[in-house]
Formats: sequence, structure tokens, C-alpha cells
Amino acid sequence: MTSSPLLQIRDLNVRFHGERTVHAINGLNLSLGHGEMLGLLGESGSGKSVTLKTLLRLLPPKRTMIDGSIEVNGTDIMTLSGKRLSRYRGGDVSMVFQEPALALDPVYTVGEQIAETVMRHRGIGRREAMEVALDMLVKVRIPSPERRLKNYPHEMSGGMRQRAMIALALSCRPKLLLADEPTTALDATVQIQILLLLRELQKEFGMSIIFVTHDIGVAVEIADRVAVMYAGNIVEEGSIHDIIRDPRHPYTRGLLSANLHDVARGTRLEAIPGAPPALNIKPASCQFAPRCAHVMPACTSALPPFVSPGEGRRVACLLERGRELA
Amino acid sequence: MSRIDQQLDGRDRGGPAQPLILAQDLKKHFPIRSGLLNRKTATVHAVDGISFEVRKGETLGIVGESGCGKSTTARLLIGLIELDDGTIVFDGDAVGADLSLKEMRKSVQMVFQDSYASLNPRLTIEESVAFGPGVQGLSDPPKRARDLLARVGLDPDRFGQRYPHELSGGQRQRVNIARALAMSPRLVILDEAVSALDKSVEAQVLNLLADLKEEFGLTYIFISHDLNVVRFVSDRVMVMYLGEVVEVGPVEAIYARQAHPYTASLFSAMPSMDPDNRTLEPPLAGDPPNPVNPPSGCRFHTRCRFAEDICSTAKPRLDVFGSNRDHLAACHMRVPFSGHSLADVETSP
Repeated sequence: MTSSPLLQIRDLNVRFHGERTVHAINGLNLSLGHGEMLGLLGESGSGKSVTLKTLLRLLPPKRTMIDGSIEVNGTDIMTLSGKRLSRYRGGDVSMVFQEPALALDPVYTVGEQIAETVMRHRGIGRREAMEVALDMLVKVRIPSPERRLKNYPHEMSGGMRQRAMIALALSCRPKLLLADEPTTALDATVQIQILLLLRELQKEFGMSIIFVTHDIGVAVEIADRVAVMYAGNIVEEGSIHDIIRDPRHPYTRGLLSANLHDVARGTRLEAIPGAPPALNIKPASCQFAPRCAHVMPACTSALPPFVSPGEGRRVACLLERGRELA
Repeated sequence: MSRIDQQLDGRDRGGPAQPLILAQDLKKHFPIRSGLLNRKTATVHAVDGISFEVRKGETLGIVGESGCGKSTTARLLIGLIELDDGTIVFDGDAVGADLSLKEMRKSVQMVFQDSYASLNPRLTIEESVAFGPGVQGLSDPPKRARDLLARVGLDPDRFGQRYPHELSGGQRQRVNIARALAMSPRLVILDEAVSALDKSVEAQVLNLLADLKEEFGLTYIFISHDLNVVRFVSDRVMVMYLGEVVEVGPVEAIYARQAHPYTASLFSAMPSMDPDNRTLEPPLAGDPPNPVNPPSGCRFHTRCRFAEDICSTAKPRLDVFGSNRDHLAACHMRVPFSGHSLADVETSP
């Protein structure tokens, strides 16, 4: 569509120090176009949520070392502070969290919370802001929105609260929505409703979404493109078709077979052995090598370079280079 | 297959055909108290008159959404909470009458979802595993603990002296499994035991559970919300909705054709895993209703698109569906002449 991407992350490193040091993000590069729906897939500790929090500058500055650049719509967000940072948060980019019950304020009604955000960002009056709030509740398809506007979060069911959270996040029409496992805490029949809602709203508002999930099945339902993360970096990226039909990285393949979709009963699962690394030192070689069935001596001596086996695809695995040369 | 093994099991009292668990009309209501005098103001109908059996050597999967009573059922079976009504028969002996709760607990063990909360943080994992056998006076608890830790893939020399916080979630869940097995149980209840684990670790634990089942001749009750996992591990599946059983049957039969509209909705809410055939319509609107004051008649009628007058007035009974006598469903549409216009007369026996 447009030549410049909406989001461009270059060589991002995030390190936490405290009682022990954790190298949470290690040399991450990622770009996202306007109106694109990216699924960020990975297990606990892979750095998915840290990536989102870095994007909103939500990490505690005292205990976090960040280097690299992040540009949103041409603005370097690492330089933002004060008013400009407040305007950016919730205005250009906003976030939906996993637990709406914790993310919403329990002592204000849902309507008041949405209206407050709108008043802050758009500088409009209270009555007008309440109308925007009502309109947002209609947009997220909450039944009897006039009544729900006056509800406190605890008066709503889990699915309803997540809809309200989405209404709040979208009330200032952000260009980028960050969704951090927004359906993980919900029941299956409610999860699919929220996924379909996000898909519709994305079309309607024309925004980009980064959808973080550990569930490959959820990514299939919602994402155009998927980036698989492991130990603080992307190991494979491609369209959802590519990832599902032709996974290249051994970790992606392991994740797909562990999903148990259409696995015959009583067969042995091809489980990935071991557990993810602790990340207390900065990775200097393939972090998946200790668990990989195809490990070669070269895997443990240097970081694997990205190989692009097709349009819009990249894989950080030496096996790919072998395939390329063959 | 395990029917023959079970005949050789010295602990088998009721014979191979006697179900290991026979639950009849289990009921558990929790009062909600509020106000100055702490009066009872409402009742949560957590489990409302359910009956089922667990056969020897099988894995019974229990599925349903939050608030459907899966976990309450598990807690009732193991006696963690008291029954309001109903009876549990363990291998032919009625619990509380022929068999004391303490005796029964030796034979039934449970693994919980939260691997950290279910371990004592002040005990090393070896002490945790040895604790139960010590209380019950079994022989040489420390040796038992070390053998079992080794069996679940945790080297006792390396891990035995560690505390729960020094282990990963997958390792802790292995400890919980070892602790459950330390009592030489016949039935292990796995309540969302793999749900909190990462997918790659979940597969390892599922493989382990399958091996242990064969090795120790165990029977499992496997509670989960993940239908892919339930399909993989279960012989039979029981579907619950708001404290009641709506459908139960062999896993192949239910996965091939769902008799109850709620089961059908649960299945169509599963991710398709096919980017070209994404789900376009949500199978159900809204959240499951609150188990306080559940709907009248069939409890699913408020969300069911086939609901008719009969559904809100009469409670459907669990009845045989189709030709498989093991496949039961509680739906007016499956009972000939029930008064529902879609009652299928032809397919019923």
C-alpha cells in the first residue's frame, strides 16, 4: 500500500537486570505494514509480551536496558517523553491485555473509563465523550449498550469485559493495536467470538494489529502473517499459509505437531525434548540447538543467519542454508 | 485391552466388569451469603444431580466451559468437598458405608492445574513425594519417592533436594504426578493438569502419562478444556454444562457426530487449523450463564438455536443416541415424540 511501513523495529535488545540478568529480547528486527494483522507466536519466556511492552514504553526504566530503534509512522518512539509519550500511548498505539478484570479500573464504570480516555486525547467535553463511549460499545457489539455503559467491570462476564477493553483501546482510533493474549483467559465459545470481532474491527478501522498468542490455532484464525519467537528473537516468519503448510524451522515444526490437531489416539507424540533456555547470558549461538534433533557442530558456534526461502519469508536456521545450496 | 490385566490386579474387588467408580445423582450446591446477618441469599448449583461411571482401565475425559462443574465433580469424587446428595461406589463398595474416605483416598489421587500452588514450598520435592506414603504407613517412603522421581524423568540425585521454586512448570508437574503415584492409586484425576504448560512441554507430559497408565494399570479422569488433547487421551468423553451432563459417549462417536447442540457448538468453536477455511460465524453468542439460578428445563435453551417451548419447561433426560448404546445425550430433539418439532424419530432405536 504505502511505501514506508507503519512499524519498523531494528536490532532491538532488551535486558532486565536486578537479582539476576535476563536477556529478554536479542537483536529483534520486525516491520509491519498499514492494515496488517501479524501474529506473534511463542511460548512463555520467548519475549512476545516484552516486545509489546517495549513498543508502548511500559517497561520500568530503572531496571531495563533497551537499545535499538523503534519507529512508528516515522517517529522514533524511544525519544518520546512527557506529553508526547502520553499522546502516543492510547492515541497512536494502544493495547488489550490478557486479563480485562485486572486491566480495567474496578471503581469506575466502563463508560467513565472510556470517556476519560477520549476526553484526554481529543480534548472534548464529558457529554460528547460519553457519546463516543456509547458508540464504541455498539461497535464491539455489547448487547444493551446504554445499560452497560453504567456497569462496573465486576458486573460483566469475562467475554463482555474483554469487549469493553477492546472498546476502550480503540476509542481514540489508534493506528496500531497490540493484543497480548486477549482470548487466553476466555472459554472456547467466547474466544472465537472475540477473534471474529477483532477481525471485523480491523477491517472497519483499517488499523494494524499485533496479536500475541501461544496458541497456533488462534493465530490461524486471525493472522495474515506470523512471526515465531524463541528465546528473545524471531526464528521464522512468513504468511500463515507458509507457516502451517510448510514450516521450516525445527521449533515451528515441533510446535505444530504438539498442537495435537488430528493426531491419532494412542500414537506417541513427537515432543520437543528439554525446556527453553534461561537467557541469563546473551545468546551467541542458536538457542534452540540443545533441543533440536538436527543439530550440527556449526549450530553451537555462531548465531544462525536469516535465510529467505521465499517472498516475505525468513528462517534463522542453518538447515535452510543447506537446502539453498543443494 | 486392559480388562485382562485388571483381572490379575490383586486390588480388584468387584471383578473386571464392575466400574471403578459409579457416581449416582451427585449434587453440590454452594450457598452465597451476604449482608449483616450473613444470610444465604443465593445458591450456586455447581453440580446438580449427575450420574456416570468410570470403567476400569479407561480414560474418561470431562469437558465443558468455566462454571460447568468439572472441577467440583473431581473434588467430590476424591472427597475434598462434601457431597450434598448422591452416592459414590468405588469398585463395588459404597464410599462412606462399605469403604471409609481414608481407605478410598489411597486409591484415588489427583493432579491439579497449578503445579506451584499444589506443592508445599518448604519441602524438597523428595520430601513432598514421600509425605503421603509416610502418613499412610507404606514401606520405605524415601526409596519410593526416589524411584518415582526417576520414573517421571527427574534424576533424584540432581533434583531430589530442590525446592519447588527451583523447578520449571513442566518439572513441577512431573513431581505432582510422582506424588500422586506414590500412593499406588488405581484412579488418577488429572484436573487441567497439562493446561498451564507450554505446548512443547505438554506433549512430553502427555507421553509420560500414557506410559505410566500402562505400566501401573491406572484409570484416568482427564479434565480439560482443550478438545484436541481430550480426543488424544480419552476413551470416553463426558460433556458438562452448568452442573449437568449433556452428553457422554465413546470418543470416536462424539467426535464423529455430536448429539447435543451444546457439544456441537463446542466443537465448532475449535480452531480450524486451516487458513483457507477460517471460522466465519461464532457457534454461540454470549458467555455461559451464571450457575446461580440456572435456566429452567434444558439449561442450554437460552443459548440454543433449536430451542422450542418444550425446552424451557421440561428437563431432558440422558438417553441413548443412535445405534451406539454407550452414546447418551440429554436433548429433546433426540427423543421421539418429546414435543420438539425436530425430534428425530428415525434414528432413535
